[in-house]
Amino acid sequence: MRRRIIPVAGAAAAILALSACSGGSGGGGAGGMDSRGDITIWYSNNEAEIAWAEQMVEAWNAENADEQITAQEIPAGSSSEEVISAAITAGNAPCLIFNTSPAAVPEFQRQGGLVDLTEFEDGEEYITERSGDLAEQYRSEDGGFYQMPWKSNPVLIFYNKALFAEAGLDPENPSLSTYDEFLETSRTLSEAGVAEYAINPAPTSEFFQSWFDFYPLYAAETGGTQLVEDGAATFDSPEGEAVADFWRTLYAEGLAGQEQYQGDAFADGYAAMAIVGPWAISVYGDTVEWGSVPVPTSGGTAPEETWTFSDAKNVGLFTACENKGTAWDVLKFATSEEQDGLWLEATGQMPLRQDLTGTYPDYFAANPAYEQFGDQASRTVEVPNVPNSVEIWQTFRDGYSEAVVFGEGEIPTFLSDTATEVDDLAAGD
Amino acid sequence: MLRRILGSHPLGLVFAAPYLIFIGVVFAYPIVFAVWMSFHDYFFAAPGAVVDRPFVGFDNYVTVLSDPDVWRSFGNVGIFLVINVPLTVALSMLLATALDRVARAKTFFRVAYYVPYVTASVAVVAVWLFLFSGNGLVNNILGPLAPDPSWLINSALAMPTIALFVTWKGLGFYILLYLAALQNVPRELYESVSMDGGGRIRQFFSVTVPSVRPATLLVVLLATITGANLFTEPYLLTGGGGPNGASTSPVLLIYQRGIEQGNPDIAAAIGVILIIFVLIIAALQRRLVGGEDR
Repeated sequence: MRRRIIPVAGAAAAILALSACSGGSGGGGAGGMDSRGDITIWYSNNEAEIAWAEQMVEAWNAENADEQITAQEIPAGSSSEEVISAAITAGNAPCLIFNTSPAAVPEFQRQGGLVDLTEFEDGEEYITERSGDLAEQYRSEDGGFYQMPWKSNPVLIFYNKALFAEAGLDPENPSLSTYDEFLETSRTLSEAGVAEYAINPAPTSEFFQSWFDFYPLYAAETGGTQLVEDGAATFDSPEGEAVADFWRTLYAEGLAGQEQYQGDAFADGYAAMAIVGPWAISVYGDTVEWGSVPVPTSGGTAPEETWTFSDAKNVGLFTACENKGTAWDVLKFATSEEQDGLWLEATGQMPLRQDLTGTYPDYFAANPAYEQFGDQASRTVEVPNVPNSVEIWQTFRDGYSEAVVFGEGEIPTFLSDTATEVDDLAAGD
Repeated sequence: MLRRILGSHPLGLVFAAPYLIFIGVVFAYPIVFAVWMSFHDYFFAAPGAVVDRPFVGFDNYVTVLSDPDVWRSFGNVGIFLVINVPLTVALSMLLATALDRVARAKTFFRVAYYVPYVTASVAVVAVWLFLFSGNGLVNNILGPLAPDPSWLINSALAMPTIALFVTWKGLGFYILLYLAALQNVPRELYESVSMDGGGRIRQFFSVTVPSVRPATLLVVLLATITGANLFTEPYLLTGGGGPNGASTSPVLLIYQRGIEQGNPDIAAAIGVILIIFVLIIAALQRRLVGGEDR
């Protein structure tokens, strides 16, 4: 009998060990809001952001001998959100992380890992003055700011001019404004056989993929409505149905791919269009002759009135920080007009500032390719700052995948069923 | 009294202590903690954060058992096991038997079968994506016979394709187990069957199969546990469990609920249910394979 138990007990141990992770409890504690001294920060791991961070740290350290910054890239992990969550639980999060996803902020807040920046005397004023109305999307339900709105990557439609010309389309003035125009252009591209697909957003099931297909078009179609507002799903609406129908048509007609592409479909010429932010300019600049237009709407909204998804990353100040006073000063220094300008130069990503193009006219004059993104940055929609944020997006993605990508079931049923589930999740159930 | 607690050879405890501590820290504590989590409203929190984690009884289990995604994931892993376990046993036993009789290049063949096992899944997944994508090699060979939608985006074929991949990848390890078992089979048994006029097939079914039954039980058990822990393959091959969740495994759900969505209590409940599922399957298999010690 004992012999029989041992292997099954081994099996039990192997499986349960997977689901058992140690949790944080008790202990910890860190300095007050005015504490000063050395701090640590983490930043993203791409070349341009590393270069900016290094100069920022050097500039700060040169002027603040008693409050030095130690900086490093975010430790490797399957995603930065998981690494940050683990660091919060372990109590060894740095003072500042310059790569905090807004979708993860409600969870980090629930974990007790983030400092409410409005607790600093000038916190509320600094954030709202720097970011203007855009800041409101990052305010938590309790009225606090648990993230500093930092930078966005407003997504647009990139198109391959060479492939458009090859298909007999006008590469300088492509017909992509309305859904009908977009579909017709896609059909022309497909019939010409210039690329495998007209457009190929990742059709996979990860929770964040809807940020690069459904959500930008939904933001545009609704004039800037978030997926969840006032604690309720907004997408079970004619606008949501129009967007879902549009994408379903693309998949059903084989104009978009249902299969994951290994690599960058746009860079490889596998797809003639892509939905991407300004980070792509430096990536595609030398390899693809590209143009960009706002995402389409059913009626063809004017570019200067079109909204899109922000794809923002913000800065979190973490409760594990011993010297929060210094961290707050560093945060203000790193998001100052001067540092934002250097950020723009180094990365091409848009600081979440009021009147961005007016603040840095020389940059946009010298880099006209970025001007459209600079203008678009003032009309971006963020992921809703609500409980169960990631679960809401996963629920939406699951329904979207079934009804839109694979065309099973009816769109209205998908929207209403998913909206009911999302309402429950947004209520914290 | 002390003697009763420490036994007649107290020094033995000193030798056993490191292993007991290891087992306690690495296996027993996580298991007990996971079961505890599954009965509480638990989430990860920063040290010092004041959070309430009340006892909720079976609430997490009710949530899990009323979630169609969970049922579907267990159904998916059931499909996986039905394909993977018999195929693993049959192929590894056959190939081990063949390898046992190979006279030349024995090492080459053993290494050839073992290489996929020691290669990281993330490295070989790309090859399978190349083979089984819509315009991949397999479909090019099949031509009009290729499935539509293609393998990995076909609700009916995604999980069987993953099962084939995992079978292929793990085969080398199970072949080694069978090769070791075959060393203990007396050659006289084969000779006696041969003397009675039995050919290779007769020898295989009358001598090899019954002689390696303990190894078969081990292979079945290990393959089942591996299957129940399925994560990397659906995550990478089918982009997070698609299409429409047709390849979502319970462990993938544990990852989503526990790590991505911050609900480790729900994840722990799925883990406990998964254990019960595996124990039931293992008990059934033991009965079917007939692994009673004699």
